[in-house]
Amino acid sequence: MNLFNRRMAQDAVLKVVASGLALMVLVLLAWILWTLFIRGLSALSFSVFTQPTLPPGRGGGLANAIIGTLIQVIIAVVIAAPIGVMAGTYLAELGAKSKIAGTVRFINDVLLSAPSILIGLFVYQAIVLPFGGFSAWAGAVALAVVILPVVVRATEDMMRLVPGSLREAAFALGAPHWRVVTSVMWRAARAGIVTGILLAIARAAGETAPLLFTSLGNLSWSFDMTKPMASLPLAIYQYAGSPYDEWVALAWAGALLITVGVLTLNIVSRLVLAGVKRS
Amino acid sequence: MNMSATEMGKMVLATGRPALDLDAEPKIRIQDLNFFYGDNQALHAINMDVPDRRVTAMIGPSGCGKSTLLRVINRMYDLYPGQRAVGKVLLDGENLIDPKAKSTVVRTRVGMVFQKPTPFPMTIWDNIAYGIRLHERMSKADLENRIEWCLTKSAIWGEVKDRLHTSALGLSGGQQQRLCIARTIAVKPEVILLDEPTSALDPISTARIEELVDELKSEFTIVIVTHNMQQAARCSDQTAFFLLGKLLEYGPTSEMFVAPKDQKTQDYITGRFG
Repeated sequence: MNLFNRRMAQDAVLKVVASGLALMVLVLLAWILWTLFIRGLSALSFSVFTQPTLPPGRGGGLANAIIGTLIQVIIAVVIAAPIGVMAGTYLAELGAKSKIAGTVRFINDVLLSAPSILIGLFVYQAIVLPFGGFSAWAGAVALAVVILPVVVRATEDMMRLVPGSLREAAFALGAPHWRVVTSVMWRAARAGIVTGILLAIARAAGETAPLLFTSLGNLSWSFDMTKPMASLPLAIYQYAGSPYDEWVALAWAGALLITVGVLTLNIVSRLVLAGVKRS
Repeated sequence: MNMSATEMGKMVLATGRPALDLDAEPKIRIQDLNFFYGDNQALHAINMDVPDRRVTAMIGPSGCGKSTLLRVINRMYDLYPGQRAVGKVLLDGENLIDPKAKSTVVRTRVGMVFQKPTPFPMTIWDNIAYGIRLHERMSKADLENRIEWCLTKSAIWGEVKDRLHTSALGLSGGQQQRLCIARTIAVKPEVILLDEPTSALDPISTARIEELVDELKSEFTIVIVTHNMQQAARCSDQTAFFLLGKLLEYGPTSEMFVAPKDQKTQDYITGRFG
């Protein structure tokens, strides 16, 4: 009985410690969101979405930064998603146990955890310097490098989760390997791959460091891919540290927009996964 | 499972199957087949003739090599480096395991249904159309006819004809397995391999699949691997008993279950081991 009581006590202590720490994490998150919503909402107005940034004292908004982020992220996904899905497919299906696959997998894992400032510096060396200046292209490429390893990893993991029996069943019908991959494996892993891409987009949309030395930021409208372009994270970075109150307020509005955007992407990707599991 | 050999024999004889024409040319002729998983030999010098348009059952305890043999016949082992087969598996005289024989062609001629139902994550219609479109180009009307034909043959048409364009994953286990059989016969194979097709199904679904096997044998050569003695006795014409990678006894099901020649066969089919 003594032993039993001791175990009950240990159980109670562990429960209290674990719940307490979990609560701490939640409070931290709630605090961040609370601050963000209070400060962000008060700065949010119609002009934030319609006007570009203007000199201090003349109002203005974040329209150029919002559009800039959208353009650069979309181009980054268009570049990185096909490469990532194909590379992930290679790792899961073709190279599985080969030496090359092992190397690619290792490098991909390193890339996955590489500091994003490094990616910015790399693109600065590889694209900005040779092509004579900061450009939206360089920014998009830098974001693509951020997205790529996430997509590779998600694709490989999801394809490995497809039951071997399903794969064999497709082969048993006399299907060539590429048909097995494109119409059965990808279809079975589709939800997972899409989720991976959405999460990668969410991550890229909030990145500041890769854009610092690439697309630089721009205070006015620009749709020219060969010129510097504004983006939300850069706008936040530049405005938050400025001495003008209205710019600081705009930074809060931008932070709120990014957070809501990323949160939405996360929720959508969860719904995609859940929807497939149910059907 | 503890049924005496004579009881089992009576059950076999009661089905009143016509005697086999043993002089007919076999559909599949396996000659001196050895199979290796890496350094591990799983099949030892198998020699076996599979008669045309009959049901041949393969029985034996787990790990005896019966499923392995099935996977050799349609070259499924090709997918895994390190597995290799030495010898001959002749389908109408053509060696299927010759590296020069294209595995996609072999698998079109020799279809396979697996232990667990494996519907693709698409509609019922697309599940069937997938295999057909791999090998043939046909008009929409012909495709519709073919799909209705194979679903009818697989005794599932009535249950799915109003929901052809819904996901195949919504079907019950037994329905999914019949869909997989329909998908296999849709590409018009000559041989159908069934790898324990009912082990994941309830008794009613199992009975339906067995009836189906009995009907399909008028058009296809069927090889079925099973752990269920009664199933082998009920629905096969020939039975092969495997033990430790060797073909121990092979002959007409009626003789095998009434008077097995080998003591080990007798012990296995009466449930004394395995």
